[in-house]
Amino acid sequence: MTVLLKGGRVMNPAEDFDEIADVLMEDGKIKEIAKDLAAGDADVYDVSGKLVTPGLVDLHVHFREPGQEAKEDFESGSKAAVAGGFTTVATMPNTKPVVDSAALVRSLKKRAEDVARCHVEIIGAVTKGQEGKELAELGDMIEAGAVAFSDDGHFDPSAKVLLNAYDYLHPFDKVIINHEEETSLVEDGVMNEGHRSAMLGMKGRPTVAEDIAVARDVLLAEYAGARVHVAHMSSARAVDIVRQAKKRGVRVTAEVTPQHLTLTDECVDLYDSSTKINPPLRSKQDCDALLAGLKDGTIDAIVTDHSPHAQEEKDREYMYAPSGFPGLETSLGIMLTDLYQAGNLDLKTIVSKMTWEPAKVLQLSAGTLNVGSPADVTVIDLNQEWTVETQKFYTKGSHSPFVGRKLKGKAVMTFVDGNLVMQDGRVE
Amino acid sequence: MEKNTVSLRGRNILGLEDFSPEEIRLVLETAKEMKNIIHRDIKKVPTLRGKSIVTLFYEPSTRTRTSFELAGKYLGADVVNITSGTSSIVKGESLRDTLYTVEAMGVDAIVMRHKAEGAAAYASRVVSPVILNAGDGAHAHPSQGLLNLFTIQEHKGTLSGLKVAIVGDVLHSRVARSDIYGMRKMGMEVHLAGPKTLLPRYLYEEPGIFVHERIEEAIADADVIEVLRIQLERMKGGLFPTTREYARIFGLNKQRLSLAKDDVLVLHPGPMNKGWEISPFVAYGKQSAIQEEVQNGVAVRMALFTLVLTGGKQE
Repeated sequence: MTVLLKGGRVMNPAEDFDEIADVLMEDGKIKEIAKDLAAGDADVYDVSGKLVTPGLVDLHVHFREPGQEAKEDFESGSKAAVAGGFTTVATMPNTKPVVDSAALVRSLKKRAEDVARCHVEIIGAVTKGQEGKELAELGDMIEAGAVAFSDDGHFDPSAKVLLNAYDYLHPFDKVIINHEEETSLVEDGVMNEGHRSAMLGMKGRPTVAEDIAVARDVLLAEYAGARVHVAHMSSARAVDIVRQAKKRGVRVTAEVTPQHLTLTDECVDLYDSSTKINPPLRSKQDCDALLAGLKDGTIDAIVTDHSPHAQEEKDREYMYAPSGFPGLETSLGIMLTDLYQAGNLDLKTIVSKMTWEPAKVLQLSAGTLNVGSPADVTVIDLNQEWTVETQKFYTKGSHSPFVGRKLKGKAVMTFVDGNLVMQDGRVE
Repeated sequence: MEKNTVSLRGRNILGLEDFSPEEIRLVLETAKEMKNIIHRDIKKVPTLRGKSIVTLFYEPSTRTRTSFELAGKYLGADVVNITSGTSSIVKGESLRDTLYTVEAMGVDAIVMRHKAEGAAAYASRVVSPVILNAGDGAHAHPSQGLLNLFTIQEHKGTLSGLKVAIVGDVLHSRVARSDIYGMRKMGMEVHLAGPKTLLPRYLYEEPGIFVHERIEEAIADADVIEVLRIQLERMKGGLFPTTREYARIFGLNKQRLSLAKDDVLVLHPGPMNKGWEISPFVAYGKQSAIQEEVQNGVAVRMALFTLVLTGGKQE
């Protein structure tokens, strides 16, 4: 099958390419990118006035399989992904049971083949049951196809266990992704510790919990010569710790979510739990520092931390509601509206940190339009205005602090391996 | 007739942050009239005849629940109590479903106490009866805040310009937060003090309040001292070494009381840990209005019911 996208602004950060050009896809690969390509027998789409980018890559999603399919499954989650312009996602292993064995990795790879609308990569647990005690069978999981390891959702309390994981993984060259909140400082906390939590009477999760966790894990990686990736950074000081470490040559990468870039704890109200996430929404100062970190390269990737929950789980008292909300269908719109359109961040950085750079963190051959690479392509209408409505979500998750937001900029076509899987918000 | 523009009819009473000074004054004036009813031989008026009120308590309570119940009954309403230990809540019913059930029985007001901050606010979006927050976690206890103001005004004749010290376990205290909003709106100078482990870290950012780490600084020349209960049931330990040491360094005793104004008024929302945060001498002394507050609590809650369910006298 051959597809020709005509006349779009083609942006390929991997080759620093940004020009009006045609994109030819053939047999699931990028065949050629040039001006005025002949149509031949290709399906032709006029994308003039639109932005053509590599399919978006999200290295941090929760698809809840196995065990929590009421929240999300591979089908609903991957539909949400392609609806949001994503063609590759990596799923976190904090499922029931935890993905901590080769058998589970294999079964999820099979599920992805059977039902997923996009590429789904599997992240395995660092420790058995994500309990932070004994190493999971990391080598077996790598053979089964795991691309990285994480005890996301938890901070591993034992520095020794993490050091063992770093050392053991060294010859395999796989990255460990760490959730960075020192446990004793965030126990029972439901929101950022600050003036807002003080006046609401809610228990806080202080930024220092994140800072000391990042500091420990980065220092340990430096000591071991290991690779570490800092998940969903939210604190200004943590950004600085990573920045300094990178200067010293530590093999550290980091990610940030649109919500941590654009929302603060002032959004937290008593009425609904949409804003409850871990780590929590912080202060304006932290948002500014995260943006600065994206600009100067301290932060490598924009991720969604797509964390859907069933409606009835989230619809309850703030204290009892689970943390997290779905992000795949709002991420690009928020980045384009609040960062690009608002003049805070250039388009190239956004595209690069949603495609090429996260792919590099996981060493995937995704996130580029280089000739010969998989024909994963997203077409974006930078001018389309739309409103976030849960009724239109493909994810099973509902609560999001972005519901009701008017946004400008949206993925209008998503191609996976050269196949059109989403057009104008419709996913078959 | 300016007064008629202030009305609380149909309002959910969630926290004093939502009140204007005029609305607070309206409650205090109405409570004054209500207090007269309590002093009558036959304490029953028909103001709320035909209205029904449910108290829905997810946490233990003696004075607040009884106070709301009697307030409703003195006004002629039917009052039914639901407590978490003896209802479908123990079978795991969600708050939403419990609220639907109560609403379906046709009640006019729900008085709610809950461990989770925001539970009353959440309830107000779920069902249509008026919600009166009788305490939500460490967030708010608006009727207690109002009865503190009522008691202070009765004794001092005014609120504006008074210096109040709120001392002790501020961290876990919903009363303290309602005080902060209510007292500041009425022009009082609010000083907070306690062990630093029991003071929320960023409290000092709140405009117009003063935070101290030694209670002597807060108490000095105070017109009013409110002592907060040490809420051991909400602590996981380690916030202070022992209750003995707490009493010695942070407890309100006779000696510390002497730092305040001679006519200082002492309040405590109860129940008291006597000998810990407050010495028996102070609790039962002539400066103490702690028992009086209990009676005022009934009057204030009668005022709230009247105002939210009927709009009060102007109708």
